[in-house]
Amino acid sequence: MICDVCGKNPATVHLTEIIDEQMNELHLCEECARTKSAAMEQQFGLSDLLAGMVDFQKPANKEEELINVKCSSCGLTYADFKKIGRLGCGQCYDVFRKYLAPLLKRIHGSGQHVGKTPFKAKVITRSSKKKNDLAELKEQLQKAIQKEAFEEAARLRDLIKELENKKTKES
Amino acid sequence: MQINDLINQTSEWLKGTGPNSDIVISSRIRLARNLNKLPFPHWASKGQLNEVIEKTTQALFKIDLLKKATLFELANLDSIDKQFLVERHLMSIEHTQKTEQKAVLVNDEENIAVMINEEDHLRIQLMQSGFNLFEAWNIINGIDDTLAKLLDYAYLPDFGYLTACPTNTGTGMRGSVMLHLPALVMSRQIERVLAAIAKLSFTTRGLYGEGTQASGNFFQISNQVSLGHSENEIIENINSLIRQIIEQETQARQIMLAKSKDVLEDRINRSLGILKSARIITSQETIELLSMVRLGSDLGMIKDIDRRTINELFIITQPAHLQKLENKKLSQSERDLTRAELIRKKLNLL
Repeated sequence: MICDVCGKNPATVHLTEIIDEQMNELHLCEECARTKSAAMEQQFGLSDLLAGMVDFQKPANKEEELINVKCSSCGLTYADFKKIGRLGCGQCYDVFRKYLAPLLKRIHGSGQHVGKTPFKAKVITRSSKKKNDLAELKEQLQKAIQKEAFEEAARLRDLIKELENKKTKES
Repeated sequence: MQINDLINQTSEWLKGTGPNSDIVISSRIRLARNLNKLPFPHWASKGQLNEVIEKTTQALFKIDLLKKATLFELANLDSIDKQFLVERHLMSIEHTQKTEQKAVLVNDEENIAVMINEEDHLRIQLMQSGFNLFEAWNIINGIDDTLAKLLDYAYLPDFGYLTACPTNTGTGMRGSVMLHLPALVMSRQIERVLAAIAKLSFTTRGLYGEGTQASGNFFQISNQVSLGHSENEIIENINSLIRQIIEQETQARQIMLAKSKDVLEDRINRSLGILKSARIITSQETIELLSMVRLGSDLGMIKDIDRRTINELFIITQPAHLQKLENKKLSQSERDLTRAELIRKKLNLL
């Protein structure tokens, strides 16, 4: 589909306006869409969508506190992350953990990595951490069963099984 | 290897072999990896980006499969060369922008490509011909194991591999399968299939990945979720989805053969006729007609043109490839002429 305005570039922005019950469809290339409305730029791309998701879970009264949290390693602030939708470095994940954990869960449906691990990290941090993870997961599983949340329970059961399998393989 | 050497060879993944290669063009796995203690590319200084290139290339060249690989520094390439690498699926469109301190490492067979300082420090990609995700995973997993010994990866036990964008965190893995689904498109079932795919949190993209539209009956399907499932689980999920789509496409092809064989045969041979005789042809039309010829070859209606030739034509008729072949800059109308001539030569020689 070609842009309605310049007639040259492929249209990647599809705008539906409803004014007085009249529906108007507009297909624009990114460039023309930018020109059309500077404000629209804010809504482009994944980074903004992500930033939008971050906003969604923000406790209203803690805004000030959040905005000023800064990664000691790379200097990225929470406000920067909100704006660009990208973290600054690996350390940011630790610094913004409290806010990132729910975001990751929203994106992926889970906040716990169960895939492969690099060898070095495995040696340093895996063994002690994993026991805690397992105990915590088992506790969550019990709670889920009590609440009759069976879908959640099934997910936890699979997760525990996988962690245990991995543990036996590693040892 | 020089960039000009690539033009005379066919990438390993284009050979048209491998399981289900009548419907599945290629399988691809990519891993996103970052170095600990260095900012992600968009947030890093020039010096830090150079440090990333230095550290990662040192490690990459130690890997057996990459010992003879070639490193292309993007800042040294002109715009045709950059586009050429995108057309060969060796790097993303994003990697052609702001090229300072960016590089791509490519092996001779062109099935392994590593982008350095794209969105993440490393984007390692492995391509296989046909429906072959597990084989791709086994190879790339080995490469990643070796790299993990040589490099200090950014990683946390609970979040997994840390990436610039939280959508890639966890395994940092994206598995994609490129499918050719002409019968599902012609029988108008594709919308239903694509809607179902989206509901299962998979994405459908066009020939050139993120941000591109599906065109000419080609669809690239990949996982969206990278955290909370192991790599094997993610691949198994993609595989079971792809197996169902393959079955649906096969059925749709059978039904078309049974119900409207004459119409299909006519359409396929007309497409071939145009390709063999056109004097001016756009890349969009080329893709659409080649798609029909490929279907004809898969169904045995066209016997003298093999899959590999068709796959090759898809790539070498792209704009940058034409300009590399002619060794000069061509306007769009010049390209449409050159493209038609090239296709005529290739198809009439057979």
